[in-house]
Amino acid sequence: MLNYTFRRVLVAIPTLLILIVITFLLMHSAPGGPFTSERPLPPQVLANIEAKYGLNDPLYVQLWEYLKGIVLHFDFGPSFVKKSQSVNDIIAQGFPITLTYGGLSFIFATLIGGTLGVVAAIRQNTFIDYFAVGISIGAQVLPNFVMAPLLVWLFTLTLGWLPGGGWNGGAWPNLIMPVIALATSYMASISRITRSSMLEVLNSNYIRTARAKGLPERTVILRHALKPSLVPLISYLGVAFVGMITGSVIIDVYFSTGGLGQAFVNSALSRDYSVMMGVTILLGSLTIFFALLADLLYAWVDPKIRY
Amino acid sequence: MKKFTTTLAASLLGATMLTGAAYSATVMAGDTLAADQTFTYRVLDEHSSVDPQIVEDVSGSEIVRDLFEGLMNQDADGNLIPGVATGYTTNEEKNVYTFTLREDAKWSNGEPVTAGDFVYAWQRLVDPNTASPYSWFGELMSIEGVGPVLAGEADPSTLGVTAIDDHTLEVRLTASLPYFALMTTHGSTFPSPQAVIEEFGDDWTKPENIVSNGAYVLTEHVSNERSVRERNPMYWNNDETIIEKVVALVINDENTALTRYLAGELNRTEVPAGQYPRLHEEYPDQAISFPRLCSYYYTFNLSENGPEAFRDVRVRQALSYAIDRSIITEKVLQGGQFEAFTFTPGATAGFEVPSVEYSTMTQESRDAAAVALLADAGYGADNPLTFNMLYNTSEGHKKIAIAMSQMWKQKLGVTAVLANQEWKTFLETRGNQDFELARGAWCGDYNEASTFLDLLTSQSGYNDGKFASDEVDTLMNEAKTLTDATANYTRVEQILADEMPVIPVYHYAGVYMHTANLKNWPINNVEQNWYSRDLYIAE
Repeated sequence: MLNYTFRRVLVAIPTLLILIVITFLLMHSAPGGPFTSERPLPPQVLANIEAKYGLNDPLYVQLWEYLKGIVLHFDFGPSFVKKSQSVNDIIAQGFPITLTYGGLSFIFATLIGGTLGVVAAIRQNTFIDYFAVGISIGAQVLPNFVMAPLLVWLFTLTLGWLPGGGWNGGAWPNLIMPVIALATSYMASISRITRSSMLEVLNSNYIRTARAKGLPERTVILRHALKPSLVPLISYLGVAFVGMITGSVIIDVYFSTGGLGQAFVNSALSRDYSVMMGVTILLGSLTIFFALLADLLYAWVDPKIRY
Repeated sequence: MKKFTTTLAASLLGATMLTGAAYSATVMAGDTLAADQTFTYRVLDEHSSVDPQIVEDVSGSEIVRDLFEGLMNQDADGNLIPGVATGYTTNEEKNVYTFTLREDAKWSNGEPVTAGDFVYAWQRLVDPNTASPYSWFGELMSIEGVGPVLAGEADPSTLGVTAIDDHTLEVRLTASLPYFALMTTHGSTFPSPQAVIEEFGDDWTKPENIVSNGAYVLTEHVSNERSVRERNPMYWNNDETIIEKVVALVINDENTALTRYLAGELNRTEVPAGQYPRLHEEYPDQAISFPRLCSYYYTFNLSENGPEAFRDVRVRQALSYAIDRSIITEKVLQGGQFEAFTFTPGATAGFEVPSVEYSTMTQESRDAAAVALLADAGYGADNPLTFNMLYNTSEGHKKIAIAMSQMWKQKLGVTAVLANQEWKTFLETRGNQDFELARGAWCGDYNEASTFLDLLTSQSGYNDGKFASDEVDTLMNEAKTLTDATANYTRVEQILADEMPVIPVYHYAGVYMHTANLKNWPINNVEQNWYSRDLYIAE
């Protein structure tokens, strides 16, 4: 197991490197640059600015300097557009925000979605099942860009209970709507995956054996059925978790939370190369890490899997 | 060199010493102040910086005007009033200016604001190591020695700005600029604290480090979410300031911003396109519209890369005549925008809108003339005119482009193929003359017609259509040396109406929701240079 983990970490390094190089080249091949504006700068002024940020060097020198900065100083460079902030500052401010509402959405979606899925499977083809499936289909067809305006219409404009947006240091009234809006469609997927995988396990031979030897239904479900039914869910949750904690553009834009999702999209549009790269690397590293974690969790839930 | 307000320049010629009371928040009779003096407003995008010498965007400049104070300020009508300087004198040639600084001006750490702080800031602005995107403003100000400093050939200390003593600042110019004092209301000329900048480097504008000399200090900044500024008790005119706290919330989506405004979370936000009539009816005391110094147009590509058809002036005129501008302002935008037949907006100070020929015709006769002109040029059913029409991706621009192309289709049988590009790609394409007809918009850098008309001179870096007319170049060059250049501007506008290098579409209006209790907003200041210290919240 340790050996396996070590090998996976080693493979992660070239993976990240390839990601960095490709993103870097793609970003620089997009038309325009961070200092392209409706009012083109006088050539001398532009030259001074490009010299300051090293943009007048050949691309491979820029890439090399960039990698050196990351490896030696963990410095992701200055933002070219938000001139008084570094990429480290922007991520240090934006990531805790997305981590908070994304993490809460994850917990919310997993607990509710998981429970709904299990209950629906146990009581298959009963009213409870139809109800749970109905809720999850309803949630699935309400993506966050539909949920967000609906929630604001209800809780802000009609009832006047919650603020219509903003982060406000993560105060709970500001958190409720982003968390619900982000969680609903994930919750629906989790509930559907749990239900179908649970049904499959419940129809398997060893569950029949467990029931045949007279174990109480509670023990059958919790001790024998739940754990193996988690395998397909875990592979989904790994990806979903990264997606949620790195922020949703729609949530950020609609609720003005100031999270990373917004910074990511804005940096691409404004050609803020360094911010774009920084967020991509963060996203890439998290994806690699959670994919590994999911693989390790398989071994825990399914004794048949050995590394 | 560019000119600022002609009228103001003329009045300054008479009186070289300017003194007067500073403008401040004056409470109108009958108003009682609200207990909570917090002003909250929406910004579209986060500011680029709050460093006076680095900032380049509007939302950053608004914050800089609150945090820092320059030599001179503007009042509610855009007139020049004292700031850190109580006044100034100038010589006969108007190329040496001496500012007298008030003795009670202090930084937020209690240190006095001295002439040396301005010298440092101005040197910093043009120092290549600062790499300020606004360093060209030093060139615009014609300060002695600016060129070599910008090019890195001379030390910034050779710049023609000297602290005679702590409260006297002398500036030497290479040209005679009667309107020089007006330029000191621009954020890039505001003082900056040398000791703090040297101690913290690029981090000096962080709330925990920043020291500023304006009515407010920066107390909180959450990237992409909000920035908060609060009263600076050290500010020399703090007693006359009323607003305690100013909050700028970053809200990208204008409809979301409107929702939050209606939920009572904001004092000020923009009105989304097309919603003004409804909002004005529902909230007559809150929905406001006022003229802005901006022009919306389409430019023909007249360079070698441009289509053959556009080299024929009759084609350009026909396309411009056939646009019914009233449909665009009244049916599409609906926010009090103005139909444009000239490039320069009518709201520009000292600019009299000339009655160019096609502006006096009815739309019917313009349409008839357009049909005749196009037929004359040889385009019709047997030889249809087709071209590409490029704009940057946005719902608003799309609506206008569709309206325009439909007018051409119906009235002239002309096919305009619509294409849109993302902003930076669009700028690159337009800048490389890789288009046929492209959208353009221009907002004045200062309140005078040359800020618009200079764009259509052949040497302008912003002239993406590559229109070139010797007469326009001569007239605009001459205008810079005249006290009253109205006649030149009228002539240039007439040439533009004859040659039609661009299709003027409309002139902007600022369309906002302001809570009724937000008082003293300077709606008459067309540049919209507002200062929170002049505002107050009534009960």
